[in-house]
Amino acid sequence: MQRLDIQTDWNRVSPKYVVVVLVGSFVGGVVAAAIALFCWLVLQWSWAWIALIVIGVVTVVQLIIAGRRARAIGYRLRDDDLLMRRGIMFQRFVSVPYGRMQLVDVTRGPVARMLGLADLKFVTAAASSGIEIPGLPEDDAATLRDRLVTLAESRRTGL
Amino acid sequence: MSEQEARPPVVPHSGGTVPQQSGLADGEWHRLHPLTPLLRGGVALIAVLGIIIANLRERIIDFFVHMPQYGGDPIDEIYNRGLTGWALLAVAIAILLAIGGFYLAWRMQTYRVGDDSVELRSGIFSRSHRKARLDRIQGINLHRPLLARIVGAAKLEIVVAGHDANLHLAYLNSHAAEQLRREILRLASGARAQAVSPSQAAAPPPGPEPIDGAPAVADAQGFAPSAQRSRAGGFSDLVVNRVDEFITPADLDPDAAPPDSIVKMHPARLAGSLIFSGFTVVMLLVLAAIILGAATGRIWVLLAILPGVLGAFGFYTRRFSKSLRYSISGSRDGVRVGFGLLTTSSETIPPGRIHAVEILQPLLWRPFGWWQVRINTAGRSRQKGAAGEANTTTLPVGSATDVERVLPLLLPGMDDTARTGIARAAMSRAADQSVFTAAPPRARWLRPFSWRRTGYAIADGNVVLRHGAVWRRVMFVPLARLQSVTVEQGPAHRVLGLASAAVHTVEGPVRPRLSVIGVDDALTFFDLVGAGAIDWAGRDTSHRWSAS
Repeated sequence: MQRLDIQTDWNRVSPKYVVVVLVGSFVGGVVAAAIALFCWLVLQWSWAWIALIVIGVVTVVQLIIAGRRARAIGYRLRDDDLLMRRGIMFQRFVSVPYGRMQLVDVTRGPVARMLGLADLKFVTAAASSGIEIPGLPEDDAATLRDRLVTLAESRRTGL
Repeated sequence: MSEQEARPPVVPHSGGTVPQQSGLADGEWHRLHPLTPLLRGGVALIAVLGIIIANLRERIIDFFVHMPQYGGDPIDEIYNRGLTGWALLAVAIAILLAIGGFYLAWRMQTYRVGDDSVELRSGIFSRSHRKARLDRIQGINLHRPLLARIVGAAKLEIVVAGHDANLHLAYLNSHAAEQLRREILRLASGARAQAVSPSQAAAPPPGPEPIDGAPAVADAQGFAPSAQRSRAGGFSDLVVNRVDEFITPADLDPDAAPPDSIVKMHPARLAGSLIFSGFTVVMLLVLAAIILGAATGRIWVLLAILPGVLGAFGFYTRRFSKSLRYSISGSRDGVRVGFGLLTTSSETIPPGRIHAVEILQPLLWRPFGWWQVRINTAGRSRQKGAAGEANTTTLPVGSATDVERVLPLLLPGMDDTARTGIARAAMSRAADQSVFTAAPPRARWLRPFSWRRTGYAIADGNVVLRHGAVWRRVMFVPLARLQSVTVEQGPAHRVLGLASAAVHTVEGPVRPRLSVIGVDDALTFFDLVGAGAIDWAGRDTSHRWSAS
């Protein structure tokens, strides 16, 4: 039993991001439950009630761990690279040098917009990099975007 | 990159009859080969014309001789109504229009090679103008389909990163294409244009003038590799030139690359590699199923075999002929790979464009000790590569010694001893394994077969990952070009004190990742690779390899 961990001063995402995760999990659960109900009651699939229970349990667990999931997301701007972490059960740490930036994307979902939050995506030439920092306050996201662009510009490498 | 600095910045070419400069990279607009329309699709037009004429021949003769009665098809109807003259006129106009269209398309298609970009303009009604920056070129490929080879033309493909972003200069005079490739590479290398002038002064270029100006002039030169020779010798020389070019290996250009391939591709090994491939296994399984079906009374199933067998035969032949006359060599301007028997290709990957290198050994190849080498590059070519495999397969099949010869070309920045040590350790269990940080024995719970082979090494600007039991894989990723690095841990890994690690590179067949590694080793890997990626990217200048 050995936990993968990197000790550093992590920047955490906005506490309000929990709401986005909660709404997302809840809506997902409701949609899945509706499909299962439809199969059970309308299509008369007798096993659908098992699926319904599973969906219910998964949704409840997701709602319970939503806070921890949101708190597990962290990022840090080091001297020459951006460090990012996410996940509790399945942990993931990514490091990407600023010079590898192809573009920075800032997007806002409907719930996030209501809360004044934005998601920032750091795109490199590798499709699998997958560096996404969700739940940043809009101003922070814009500042971070400009900061990353400046940093990348000063460390540009050829592709 | 000490190796590159050690090389002379510009080697004056010492070709006798081979011209130094084609004059095509002079920043002016040039036209393509005059036979381009014919090679690109005009052959189809000629075939259609041929069919029409063959069908109408008797009618045309009849028209001038006598007039019997026909009935039935539209042609007869035209004939019956006495419209033959009009119909012939319409056909003639259509043909003229088509020829005019092709001519106009050819006239409108021009390219320009400047100091910092290659441009291609084409289209009659909707014009397109494509411009590729020279320092973004990922590779230059020269393809010669059979028909094009007969008339001495070649297709130059300039590969740049991005989806369908490549520039196709189709077709060029094959000799001019070869020179153009060299010049584009020289411009892309960052070498000053003036640096060439001494060699130019020493041997003034006798070569063909640009395919420009009056089509008639271009035509005369278009057929001949060297205008000088064709002027002197006339038609017989022209034929000799064609034949000469036809029998030389795919990768002709003796002064830009060492003429000898560093790997000898034996046809028997090539055939063996095709026979002992995944395709054969699948085919045998299908065959077994069919025979089983036939044995249990369904004889008709046997009929189903025939097309399959024919298809498989075609597949093997195609692959085989595609890899015949395979050659790979290093040059000042990158790795050159040539292959093909009838349709030939010659590809150049400039230095600093290779994002990952993989040495792969499928289970069936193990008894023979064969390996395959594949690479990741940012650019994509639609053309198939050696052995009809994806373009990213650099060495279709080779022994461990061949791999050791090819690796220095693909990883030029790496120290010889370090590279050889790692490659030997990676390919053979008998060699010293200490270079690899291996997965701990507890990893056998998750990877019972491959845990022993799973591990990484970091040496001289490259990170090397190794894994796989059925498909043995060794992946080299230059730190200067890797995009990001990640370590991950799931619940099963956590219980065993393990983690997985991966390095992200541009998309390609090589996906460098380690599925099991000790947690502490994973963290070391993360730190070392992350720091190395920053450090080596700052120092790397190989994408402008000749710039001083």
